[in-house]
Amino acid sequence: MDTAALLIIEVLNGISSLALTCAGLAIIFGMMRVINFAHGEFMMLGGYTTVVATNAGVNIWVSMLILSPLVVGVIGILAERFLIRFFYGRLVDTLIATWGLSLLLIGIVTSIFGNYITGVSAPMGNFSIGQYQLSVYRLVLIGLTVILFAGIYLAFTRTKLGLIARGTMQNADQAAALGISPPKVYMVTFGIGAALTGLAGGLLAPISQIIPTVGFTYVAQAFITVITAGTGAITGTIVASGVFGTVRQLVTYETTPIIGGVALLIVAVLLLRILPQGITGKIFRRSL
Amino acid sequence: MFNSMLKTFDFNSWNTRGLMVTGAIMLALLFLGPTIFDLFTLLKVILFIAMAMLALSLAFIWGFGGILCFGQSAFFGLGGYVYAIGVINMGESTVPILLAIFIPAAFAMLLGYFMFYGRLNDVYLAVVTLAVTLILYAFIRSTSGEEWVIGKARLMGFNGISSIPDPNWPGFPDSLLWPDDKFYVAMALLILVYFGLRFLLRTHFGRVIVAIKENETRAELLGYDVRFYKMITFTIGGGIAGLAGFLLVTFNNFVNPDKFALALAAQIIMWVLIGGVGTLIGPMLGSLALLMLYNWLGTQNFAGWLNTYLVFGGIILLFVLAVPQGLQPTAQMLALRFLPWTRPTDEGGDSARNGAREGRAGD
Amino acid sequence: MKLSRRTVLKGAGAGLGTAFAASILPYKSKADDEIVIASLFDQSGGLDIYGTPMTMTCELAVEEINAAGGLNGKKIRLIKYDPQSSMELYAQYAQEAALKERVDLVHGAITSASREVIRPILRRYKTLLWYSVIYEGGVCDINNFVSGVGAVQWVKPTAEFGFNNRGKKAYYIGADYNAPQIIGKWLQKFSGDLGGEVLQRDHFPLDVTEFGPAIAKIQEAKPDWLATCLVGAAHMGFYRQWAAAGMLNKIPIVSCTFGVGNEHMQLQPEESNGIVSAQPYFQEIDLPANKDFVARYHKRFGSDAPYLNAVGIGGYLGTMLWAEGVKKAGTHERQAVMDALRSGDIAWDGPAGHMVVDPVTNHVIQDMHVAECQNQSWKIFDSYSQLYPSDVVDRCDLTKTPDMDAHLEPIL
Repeated sequence: MDTAALLIIEVLNGISSLALTCAGLAIIFGMMRVINFAHGEFMMLGGYTTVVATNAGVNIWVSMLILSPLVVGVIGILAERFLIRFFYGRLVDTLIATWGLSLLLIGIVTSIFGNYITGVSAPMGNFSIGQYQLSVYRLVLIGLTVILFAGIYLAFTRTKLGLIARGTMQNADQAAALGISPPKVYMVTFGIGAALTGLAGGLLAPISQIIPTVGFTYVAQAFITVITAGTGAITGTIVASGVFGTVRQLVTYETTPIIGGVALLIVAVLLLRILPQGITGKIFRRSL
Repeated sequence: MFNSMLKTFDFNSWNTRGLMVTGAIMLALLFLGPTIFDLFTLLKVILFIAMAMLALSLAFIWGFGGILCFGQSAFFGLGGYVYAIGVINMGESTVPILLAIFIPAAFAMLLGYFMFYGRLNDVYLAVVTLAVTLILYAFIRSTSGEEWVIGKARLMGFNGISSIPDPNWPGFPDSLLWPDDKFYVAMALLILVYFGLRFLLRTHFGRVIVAIKENETRAELLGYDVRFYKMITFTIGGGIAGLAGFLLVTFNNFVNPDKFALALAAQIIMWVLIGGVGTLIGPMLGSLALLMLYNWLGTQNFAGWLNTYLVFGGIILLFVLAVPQGLQPTAQMLALRFLPWTRPTDEGGDSARNGAREGRAGD
Repeated sequence: MKLSRRTVLKGAGAGLGTAFAASILPYKSKADDEIVIASLFDQSGGLDIYGTPMTMTCELAVEEINAAGGLNGKKIRLIKYDPQSSMELYAQYAQEAALKERVDLVHGAITSASREVIRPILRRYKTLLWYSVIYEGGVCDINNFVSGVGAVQWVKPTAEFGFNNRGKKAYYIGADYNAPQIIGKWLQKFSGDLGGEVLQRDHFPLDVTEFGPAIAKIQEAKPDWLATCLVGAAHMGFYRQWAAAGMLNKIPIVSCTFGVGNEHMQLQPEESNGIVSAQPYFQEIDLPANKDFVARYHKRFGSDAPYLNAVGIGGYLGTMLWAEGVKKAGTHERQAVMDALRSGDIAWDGPAGHMVVDPVTNHVIQDMHVAECQNQSWKIFDSYSQLYPSDVVDRCDLTKTPDMDAHLEPIL
């Protein structure tokens, strides 16, 4: 009984951390078709923001929920203005541009902070389920992930801004003809994607490592999840995170972390063989 | 088939001139290499050749077959491991070298069958190939235990297999290749593969795969089995990547799971992008440029606020902003504009100009 | 034609890989007014956290030797390579150092994987290799000197502390590669000698960031203590998630690797207090030589230079021990230096205490310390004096079989 409850929480944990990692990329890649190889570095910057601000005395929740997305959002907008905007519509070329960006960001952070800094610890203590002890913060993370995705979904479906953004992504010329400035929409959307990535980095900072090169550990799984999601980026990412998170956590628990990781990849390969346009290519087609 | 190729062999065209110049340079390198390079440089050149071969394999399937494979490293690593395991067990390198080509090719064919007959395309194909190379990476990394032995070869997991025997001349197990022999073999193989691909692209098969890349539906309506052609293209790419894996092992007698890792998988894409998608020479030069950059960075001893990442990232960014088309298309464009003698004398619809103008249409 | 000529030539030397190397190596014609050594530590890429301090301490050693007049009247020139955590670059730079720069010593490699790449290359091109990282033990190669502790020196104190003070049931988690797996085997072996048992050994790929299932499994197994050999950036997340679940004070951690990536500085006190680690060097060691050294280190690299741990100081210790060999030999010629180092008379007192080069194993007899992490620094509470590197001494005696070339693993 305890074990069952624990496993459910672990699975939800796995899903939420995967979904958090992917949220920004779902927008930047899923909607804007920019292969953001600097995704991991955006997360790293979010982590650094939280750590530096918290160590400087700012409340940890303020650092995580406000400062991280703000700082990384601004960096994202700068990156979009000076780099990314030259590459729209050239899917693969964005890869090399953002690769350069990722190296540059690692370089800048290394210059400023050196190889490592002291991180922050998770707030809120722990609780027990029978013989097991768990972190309260991780439960909160699950809740925050749900709220975050609900927020993104509502923002893109129920607000005028969201409608404009989606319309522009689908047909920029049409949007321009209606008096909307596509470059501005692109810039803001990229900024939002970056901000969400920064938020994820901030939220995961207390339970992960903060060094300049840490971003690399997130990139592959984020891309695999978001691409498996297909064209309906947000819904697809939720579903894909759900499938992958469940598989990885359960297999890891039953066997080893190595087999857990391999199981995730195998499921991705099989899913794409069955659904060659991603999960939302066939089911949930009309979703976002 | 050969006749039709000769007919298209127009000595005035850009492509043919380019081929002749390339051939001359490569042959000069082949014969003069050991004379102009000292031993250490020669060894390094073998590494560059192995990586150029790898770049070539992706340049072919992506630039001409339209298949964006994000896991070309899978076949590369497989080639390296197959050779290592083979030569350690057999003690003679001829069969292992052949296996290092054929096993990755066969694996590519299987994977190709799985993907193309399932109508996988575009980024979805890219991510499947990436997942495959990462699966191999995870698998081979978890083989450090003593139970992971194939014949006499221990797989050694993360550490990789070291002290792999040098190849020998076929049939003479005791006469190992010296560094300059390794160079001759590697360079000759590179020339062979490059011109082999150039030849292939002028055959009927080559024209069909380019046609498929340009417009898949049209090719299909013309009655070509797109899935089959793509699978064969992919298989050829896998075999060449496997050969490259073998060449790498001859450079440092070592193979490890990094050959399958994301870092290398992404790097191969970068080489082709830097060189120019839709070209063959460009990606080889792209790999050379990036490897030399890595090499140079490691000897710079940056101090103060400057560090390797900063310099590396800066160079890459400057490059993509300044030369967005890639090296070879940009060079062709500049040559056509400023060097009149490189312009074709006839109107004979040579694709080089168009290719240069359109840049990479391959996305 | 060419084939047959070469075939004959090579037939003579084939089989002995070294024979051909000797014949292609021209006579060492370097200007003889300086000694050249190369350092080969990753200063970028995932391992820079280890390699950057190692390069710094190696540089410091060279500067100190030169300031004191050099070795046998000759100054040392240090060539610093940064292999950027890439095995290909390790191979390239090892070849460059041996063939182009013709260095007298390569001081390098961090992971066992990188050492096993350059060790055969340097052996073939007859260039000395010094390896100074704590490791799983078992290298048996006359051309390779090792000042890092091997398994028996390192794991045994860990096991003794754990099984004697924390309980009989241990759970082992480590990174998923050869060194942590071999260390796990050693722990298993020592558990038998100490009357304890290792309930389970789990290994994590280096890029795993999510440790929830692992923590659940450990709680389920109910061990008395947890032995860790986690490595690298991503694994730091384990300690965070472990502390966040409130486990830090429930199941104590005794670690082989905690601290060598400066984990104790990066984690908050509430995430790391009470973790015990056994290492040959801590910056806190209470020796005058060490206090003096730490002061010199900070004078050279500034007060914010990284904390020096057992890995970081390796660059200094290795270079200094080699220098003792050169002094004794009176020359920097390879064979003479090897003979001097292997004479059994090379003893040196440095920041890590008394060190003696052992001619049987080419490893170093040295002290070990057991310490507890308290508020981001180490409290040393137990020390072992002059431990002998006896990992595989039953199978490796370089005084009797100098041609041996192997990396041996424990037999359970």
